[in-house]
Order: sequence, then C-alpha cells, then structure tokens
Amino acid sequence: MVLSGADIVVKTLIEQGCDTVFGYPGGQIINVYDSLYKYSNEINHVLTAHEQGAAHAADGYARTTGKVGVVISTSGPGATNLVTGIATAYLDSVPLVAICGNVPTTQIGTDSFQEIDITGVTLPITKHNYFVGSVEHLADTIREAFKLAKSGRPGPILIDIPKDVQIAKCEYTPEPPVEADQPLAAKDVRIKEAAEYINMSKRPYIYFGGGLITSGAQDEMLCLAEKIDAPIGCSLMGLSGIPTQHPRFLGMQGMHGHYASSMAMHHADLIISLGVRFNDRVTGNRAKFAAGAKIIHIDVDGSELSKNVNAVCGLRGDVKLTLEKLLPLITENKKSNWNDTINLFKKEESDYIDNRDGLTPRRAILTLNKYLGDNTAVATDVGQHQMWSAQNLCFKKARRFVSSGGLGTMGYGLGAAIGAAFGTKERSVLVTGDGSFGMCLNELATAVSYNVPLVILIMNNGVLGMVRQWQTLFFDKHYSNTVLNRKTDFVALARAFGADGEAVSDTKALDEALKRAFDYNGVYVIDCAIDKDEFVLPMLPPGGSMDDIIVKVGD
Amino acid sequence: MNRYTVAVLVRNQFGVLNRVTSMFRRRQFNISALTVSETESSEFSRITVIFDGEETYKQQLVNQLYKLPDVCSIKEFSADNSISCELLLIKMENDPATRDDIRTAAEAFGAVTVDYSKNSIMFRLADSSQRIDDFINIMRDYKILEICRTGSVSLEKGSTTIRQTINF
Repeated sequence: MVLSGADIVVKTLIEQGCDTVFGYPGGQIINVYDSLYKYSNEINHVLTAHEQGAAHAADGYARTTGKVGVVISTSGPGATNLVTGIATAYLDSVPLVAICGNVPTTQIGTDSFQEIDITGVTLPITKHNYFVGSVEHLADTIREAFKLAKSGRPGPILIDIPKDVQIAKCEYTPEPPVEADQPLAAKDVRIKEAAEYINMSKRPYIYFGGGLITSGAQDEMLCLAEKIDAPIGCSLMGLSGIPTQHPRFLGMQGMHGHYASSMAMHHADLIISLGVRFNDRVTGNRAKFAAGAKIIHIDVDGSELSKNVNAVCGLRGDVKLTLEKLLPLITENKKSNWNDTINLFKKEESDYIDNRDGLTPRRAILTLNKYLGDNTAVATDVGQHQMWSAQNLCFKKARRFVSSGGLGTMGYGLGAAIGAAFGTKERSVLVTGDGSFGMCLNELATAVSYNVPLVILIMNNGVLGMVRQWQTLFFDKHYSNTVLNRKTDFVALARAFGADGEAVSDTKALDEALKRAFDYNGVYVIDCAIDKDEFVLPMLPPGGSMDDIIVKVGD
Repeated sequence: MNRYTVAVLVRNQFGVLNRVTSMFRRRQFNISALTVSETESSEFSRITVIFDGEETYKQQLVNQLYKLPDVCSIKEFSADNSISCELLLIKMENDPATRDDIRTAAEAFGAVTVDYSKNSIMFRLADSSQRIDDFINIMRDYKILEICRTGSVSLEKGSTTIRQTINF
C-alpha cells in the first residue's frame, strides 16, 4: 500500500512489536503525530511533560521489559532535550530508538527555525544514528535501527526524519519484526583456556554486571558458582540479576559496595567477570585493584576486554552461550578454606553494618522492602539515596532495579519509574532525593494524567548529600552550594499536581505511609526526613583501594 | 612504540568519515595520517589510518572501529606483506643560486617537476613516507614555499583483498 512517510513511521513501529511509545509533539513531527492519532488503537503514545522525561520513560520501559524503548520528539529543542536521556541509555547499554522530526530537506543547513544537527550532536552518545533523506529508505532504516538497538551489546539509535520525508509517499509492505543478530559463544580455544584457569583457582570470585541480565545467563552463572563453590558479587548494573537473598550472593562491590563483596574480590585469586566493564567506580585505583587476582572476562563487546583492566583470558561472546560451553569443562570442587574466609568477611560486614534505631537511610529502605512485590520495579535517581537503595533493596526478579549507573543522571528516576510502570504493567516505585527529585519533578504531571500507580519515596535531607559527603571527607567541610534548605513543600506540591502524599519523620510513620501508598490508586509521594549528616558507607575514596576503605565516620 | 597501518573498509555513506574521526577524537586516539577515498565499488569507501602506539592501543583502536556499524572490514598491514605509497607536492623557491642543487636532489629521489615559473618550482614525488620525509629534509636546506602530502595508502601484496574479510 502507498503511505505517507509519517504513516510508514508508525506502521513500522507497530510492525516491530512496539505497543507503547513516549514523546512530545512539535512542528516538525506533527505529521507523525497525525499518524499516531490515526493508528491510536494499535499503538499507545504517552505524552510527557518534557522530552527528557520521555527519553527516560522509554529507557525505563526498555530496562524492565528487555524490549526496545521508543521516544519521539520534534526538531531543535525537542531533539536536544533527548540528549541526556540518550546518553543515559548509551552508558548503560539500553536498547532505545529515538525518532526526531527535522526541518524539510530543502532547508537543512540553513539554520532554519528549530533546526539542529541532531545526528551530529548525538554522534558520540548513540550506537548509531540516521538522517533519512528519502521516504523510500524510511521503513528499512527503522527496521535496521531496531536490529542494531537490540543486537550484541544493546544501545540507543537515533533516527532524524525531515518533515518533507514524513509527507512524501511511497509503497509500504509490512514485514515481520527484525530479530537481533544471532548471539555467538566465544571461541572454543579461549573457553578451554578459561576452564583451565578456573579449575586451577583456589579463591574464585564471580563478578557480573548488566551484560549478564541482557544475556539472560543467570542459571548458567549459578550453576558455575555451585560447581566451583564460589561467591558471587555484582556491579550496580548487575543488581536484581539474581535474587538478593541467594546464599552465594555478597551484593554489589565497588566504591559503595558491600564490604564482604569488595573484600572477596580483593582477596580472590581469580575474578570470573560476566558482562561488566570495570568502570572506575568499580576498580578505584586500577594499579592496586585485586592485585593478586587473574581476571577472566566474558563480554559480547570485544572492545571491553582488557580496556580498563588486563584480563589473562578475554572471551568475546554471548555470556549465556559461552558459559553453556564452559560448564562441562569445569571440575566440581569444594573450597572450604575460601568459604571460611568469605564467612569471616560477612561477619566483619555484619559488625560494621548500620543497625541504629530511628529513621536511618537503611531502615527506610528496609521498611520499603516489606512492601515490594516480586515484580515491583524500583527506579532511583542519583546520589546517596541511590547507593542506600543499591545496598539495601531486596530483589527477587531480574530487570527490577532501574538506575542510571554509567552516566549518573540526576533527574532520571521519575521518568524511568513511569516507563517501568508501563513496562511491568504494575505499580512501580521511585526512590529519590530532594535534589534529584527537584530536577525533573515536572513528570508528576505525566504520572497523574495517566494515573500511573507509583510510590515516590523522597529521602529528604535538605542537602545534595553525595557531594556534601565528599566535601565533608575531602574538602574540609566546605559546603559549597550543597545546602539546599529550600522551602518546597513536597506534599503540597504532589497535591498541586493532582497526586497525594504525606511527610514522615519516624520509622513507624514511614511504615504506615508506605502501606497507604501501596494501596493508593495513583501517585503517592512520601517526603521522608533523613538527617543531613548520614553517610553512604562503606566508601572507597575515589582512586583508592581496599586499603583505604572507610567503614565508619566520626568516631 | 610501534607504527601501525590499518585499512578500514566502510559503507560509502554520508558522514562516515565523521563517525570514524569522531570516535578517534572522543577516545583520544592520536592519528598520524589518514586518507579516504571511494573504492572499486561505489558501495564502499576505504580509509587508511596510520598511528603510533603499543599493541594494546592498536587492539583497542581496532576493537572500537569494529563497533561502528558502518565499518565492514579492517586489515592491518606490515611492511612485509604490503605496498605503501604516499604522494607529495612541494613548491620551492626558484633561485638561480640553488636551482641546480634542488633539481639534482629531486632527480636523485625520482621527483618530477610539475610546475616551473620564474620564482618557483614544484615537484611531485610518489614514494614511501620515509623516502618523502628524507626528500623534504634535504629540501629544508633551501627555501620551501609550500608542502602538501596525502598520507600513506596501502594495499596487501598478492591477490587477497580487504573485501574478502567482510564480516570477519
């Protein structure tokens, strides 16, 4: 059938299995919005308050479902407003397709109204991007974008479509949804090499990240852990990858990781790394990082192997398929000495752990845990509350922790939580701070408009806590621009947006508020008072090693 | 430090050079020379990149190149398995006192006189980058008005081609 470019955009999205898109209309994308109107019984469009919120929502939708998230915006400012959202998805390898309108091809390059070179702007923060110069290429470009977004290491793709291409007509023939490229296992010779290292190891530590979740290799990893009697830790992006309560799981390691997990990694003789990239927040000082350990690194992206830390054995391939081939080569053996050491680390961790009464950050998250269903997605913003969440949230199912790990985007959480609610079709939770929430709280309007079931827990300490923590520790308590002391009444604000909420300042009140929130039909904001001097601990100072770990402050 | 020559076969699409150089810039890869042109098929362009570094640096550069969807194939060259060539145009002052010396040097290098005027003389030399460096060094004893060189291009010896390694 002969269709306009705009119709082709929407028909191709539908053809690719896309049921929900997020976005914001404007002059140069108006034709696509007309097509969304036409096909509204086949595809659902969620209008946000700002394009950034739409990008984060599409990202949250993608992270919770594993499907490609789609965001649509107009040209110029609409497109540049997507940039932070696209960069967030890029750093965390989230499959995302961003579609922008642009001025007609005849006006491109003339600095027209709302014209911006968005393919140029997003070049370093997309896996790939396209400028579609003619309607004949439109459908195939969108299909290729979907394929690229989800193949190998996923990532965001941007498609820039000038207005005249949206208007022009051509023949459109529906096609089945594109498949991701066939995943491949690493080379046999490398797998054999890895097996030899693993079979020789006396103190192995399995370390996984977001790549394990993308690959769906949880069972294979657990099977490996059982066979070699190894503890498991993860990066921030790995959280929710296996159930938090799993007896072999030591938790997140790194700058604010669990003591036992970081210690186990530090003392291991072999780190079996699955879908991770050894970011600086993970390694600290790379020269001192796990100095006694050899590293085996399995990743679908070959450029990650030996990029940040040197791996004795780098396996480029799909984590699941590679582990499947590796497992038969592994000899089963118990490691009681190593596990005694691990238990000692756990004991030390339990001595350090913050067990104070009152409304401490840890108590707040533990209270929240009581209300989380197996399928509840928890989004966070960035800062202290994010780390308290990462340390203490209890997950039962993968893809239920939604957090900006790589880019560290304050203001990510609310949009992402909305997207997560659409993705899981269930109530989602946002844990945020007063600083982060202040950045993009406009999306309360979106959540209320669509009656998204959403619990928002603001850990309100009146300061930009994470930066302030650094100022306390490393800048002689020069609290430069981190003390907010704003007069914002978050409960009144929630009501102004059409939501409801309450403020709490003790654990019992928080518990009751959470009960109300999880029963509430809509958006419920809990303004939870946290002391401004609460720290995220333990902490490895930036560029430090396990020798520099800070487990207690002040006494 | 080693010197590496890498040929990259890319989809001949608008902005493809920008994608490659943008990646070099943001990852701080320092490139000594880069050439680009269409190939025997209009579907592909060929980029030749020359850079100095350690083995891990080269590996990272090649790995990052492979991640660009427009990159179809990459081939590394060594002096043994390939022929490399660069083109130089050099414009010298045409001074009667030095004219003969300049022309003798040019002749010794096989450089061809391509322009001759009262005040200037221009040579063209196609040779290895090392030989071109040597020639320029000799010319530095006289007055150089202007230099333009293309950067090296390379092809593998024998009948194998870069297109045979697509989808490595």
